[in-house]
Amino acid sequence: MDQLLQHLVNGTVLGGTYALLGIGLTLIFGVMRVVNFTHGELYAFGAYMTYAFVSLLGVNFYLALALATLAGVALGAALELVLLRRMRRADIDSVMLVMIGASLVLQNAEMWAWGGVAKLIPNPFAGSPLVLGPVSVLPLRLFVLGVSAALLLGFWLMLDRTRAGVAMRATFQDPETAALMGVRVGWVNTATFAIGSGLAAAAGALLGPVFMVSPTMGDLVGLKAFAIVILGGLGSLPGATLGGFALGFVEEFAGGYLSTEYRDAFGFLLIILVLALKPQGLVPAKERIG
Amino acid sequence: MSKLLPWLFVAALALLPVAFPDPYLLAVLTSAGIFIIGAISLNLLLGYTGQLSLGHVAFFGLGAYTSALAALGFDIGIGFGLRITLAPQPAWLGFIAAIVVAGGFGWLLGRLAFRVRGAYFVIITICFAQVLRMVALNWIELTQGPMALISIPPFSLWLPGQGVVALYSKAQNYWLVLAVAVVAFLVVRQVVESRIGRALVALRSNESLARSVGIRVTHYLVIAAVISAGIAGAAGSLFAHYVRIVDPDVFLFIYTVTMVIMVITGGKGTLWGPVVGGLIFGLIPDLLRGHAAPEAQWVAYGVAMILFVMFLPRGIVPALASLRPRP
Amino acid sequence: MSPLLRVENLAVHIGGLVAIADASFSVPEGQVVSLIGPNGAGKTTAFNVITGYMRPTAGRILFDGAEITGLSPDRIAERGIVRSFQRTSVFTGCTVLENALMALHRRGSAGLLGALLRLPSARREEARLRAEAWAMLEFVGLAGRAETPAEVLAYGEQRRLGIALAAIASPRLLLLDEPAAGLNPSETAECMALIRQLRDRGMTVLLVEHDMPMVMQISDAIVVLNQGRIIATGAPAEIRRHPEVIRAYLGSGEYQEAGHAAA
Repeated sequence: MDQLLQHLVNGTVLGGTYALLGIGLTLIFGVMRVVNFTHGELYAFGAYMTYAFVSLLGVNFYLALALATLAGVALGAALELVLLRRMRRADIDSVMLVMIGASLVLQNAEMWAWGGVAKLIPNPFAGSPLVLGPVSVLPLRLFVLGVSAALLLGFWLMLDRTRAGVAMRATFQDPETAALMGVRVGWVNTATFAIGSGLAAAAGALLGPVFMVSPTMGDLVGLKAFAIVILGGLGSLPGATLGGFALGFVEEFAGGYLSTEYRDAFGFLLIILVLALKPQGLVPAKERIG
Repeated sequence: MSKLLPWLFVAALALLPVAFPDPYLLAVLTSAGIFIIGAISLNLLLGYTGQLSLGHVAFFGLGAYTSALAALGFDIGIGFGLRITLAPQPAWLGFIAAIVVAGGFGWLLGRLAFRVRGAYFVIITICFAQVLRMVALNWIELTQGPMALISIPPFSLWLPGQGVVALYSKAQNYWLVLAVAVVAFLVVRQVVESRIGRALVALRSNESLARSVGIRVTHYLVIAAVISAGIAGAAGSLFAHYVRIVDPDVFLFIYTVTMVIMVITGGKGTLWGPVVGGLIFGLIPDLLRGHAAPEAQWVAYGVAMILFVMFLPRGIVPALASLRPRP
Repeated sequence: MSPLLRVENLAVHIGGLVAIADASFSVPEGQVVSLIGPNGAGKTTAFNVITGYMRPTAGRILFDGAEITGLSPDRIAERGIVRSFQRTSVFTGCTVLENALMALHRRGSAGLLGALLRLPSARREEARLRAEAWAMLEFVGLAGRAETPAEVLAYGEQRRLGIALAAIASPRLLLLDEPAAGLNPSETAECMALIRQLRDRGMTVLLVEHDMPMVMQISDAIVVLNQGRIIATGAPAEIRRHPEVIRAYLGSGEYQEAGHAAA
């Protein structure tokens, strides 16, 4: 029972960042019909930016997180303007190939710039866990959970309350009608890709200090982001949130009770199972409106 | 292309080790050749059926592991106190086993994955390769995990007058890869130029119409997946016995991407596309070696992929063909 | 004699909307039957259901006495029902001859082994299919364009190729979805002649068409759909005098067309 609680807490912390990743990816797919293969690289980019700001420039840790997220937003906007804008009329497979090319460039540029050795990001939190009854958790992880939750909430409010959010939701539902009603789809796409990228970079910035920062960290995470999004149904925002927590729990519990070695494999097996049995994901397409 | 020219090309390649017995050149061409076989097989799915299958390295890796394990033998527990034991087998049996196992997984993945299309299909195929990599990393009793399978014996052949000879030399391996590549090319050609190939192209071109004239979608896609996977498995087997070491990294996504780049730049859906693209991208890394960081090579690959998809989406071979005046 | 195709109490609901409420009709062997009605009457939906591209909510479809409801399009094609499409009617990126060979798929049987080894039987079959393809192209007057990519053909030629592709598999029942849409009068006349020739070759034809003069001239029987229901069935002469048909077309503003046909 105690162990169960501990796994529940760990799963929630993991799930929060996974949800950030998943929402960014599914938002981009829902609005732009782009399968974003650079998502994992933007995650790694966020982590490296945090490292650069904190360790190399001596910027305050919290400020560095914000700056890294903004850097992710900027990189996302640049990718959209340089590559995706030209591919608006292309078929989905060509766009995927271009995004794979872009992720190849980003990952190796990162490797080139930072070298293959993993980096540690210093953080201001105590190294000893907080013990709450049967459960112990590192303060840094609690902070990560808090910020993830705040970002998720902020994102939902943005989508619900702001004009940009309304334009995004309209494009999400029907790009042609949205364009007819005066939504400037081009800019909605740029904003969408930038925000989605920013969320990925934020996830990287948050988890970078928890784990280590390495150029290949984006690989597995990029695939996990796909897993999350597929679990929830490609293009479903509530689905991605649920999928993020679902994957967090599955990994935590399967890792804890079944097999540590295969911890990461469960997510992928889950995708194959979900796609084989329920191809539209756990949240069906009809309800996939932000 | 006239009928004679391809055979002259093959003859020139076959004579190369005699004319230039440079071991480095032969080593580069041999490993390029193994990837070209992979690209030829991928082209059947990517080019002729139009399905963007991004888990292709799974079949390559399955072939490599199957062949290596058959040659080394294994002894594993499967629970309930039962064990499966295999004594070391000749390499050619491993080669056949590689084709059968990879083809079998091709069938399985085909049945599962062709029920969904587009982005879902792509992601399923990627995940498939990723799961296999995790298995290779963690099923240590069978695969040695990250410690890799080592001391894999080379291929051996019965040669007239010499009996069974192990292929240790660079030239011998080069010829073997060349021979398999020619066979793979011919198999794909026979398939695409037949009734089956026409059905595949019809599905790619207009699926609704194809169904309406009675072409069974899944049936033909699965056939293509099995052939494609089988050839990729053969390439994996060649790799295992040539490099003689197999580790879980044979399942890395980057190798799929390499094969995809070869097919796209050369010209997907053309017989010569993967050969041309494969020669270019199989040789570039070695030409650059020592002159640029390995990361620079991958950055260049990424840029090439973006530029080709955006500006020459049909690839080099069709572009060259359209330059020639039609009779 | 029982009809070749029987549609019994067919109902199709699409996302809460009733596309077809309750339709029963039949197509006797050897005839040209037209399915007409104002836009949104459910004609294309009926086509899609008969050929397996959509599943009906209720009702049965019988072909040659056997039920085919809910079979997949390729299975239905194997039974002998082939359709043409309104828009994407050809295989783009392939030549006219390749198009014809692709449509002949069902007339061949060569499998993997035959293909890999180029067995004599597979070669003979290939030669036979090519001969059939050429014969069909001669028949529809496209033999001179055999090496032309299908998407380069003139619009009228493309439509003709579309019909040829459906007809080439020698179906017992041929479904044509607005074959004359967008054709000029002389092309429409050619199209009608082609349909008649196909019928004379023993094919039964079910036609969806907006061109009333054509429908009236070519059909042996007409089925009129309106708002998902069948409001009239009969020979052309009966249909053009049928009060409910006139009312339906009057209501939809397509009276001009129907009136023109009646004149």
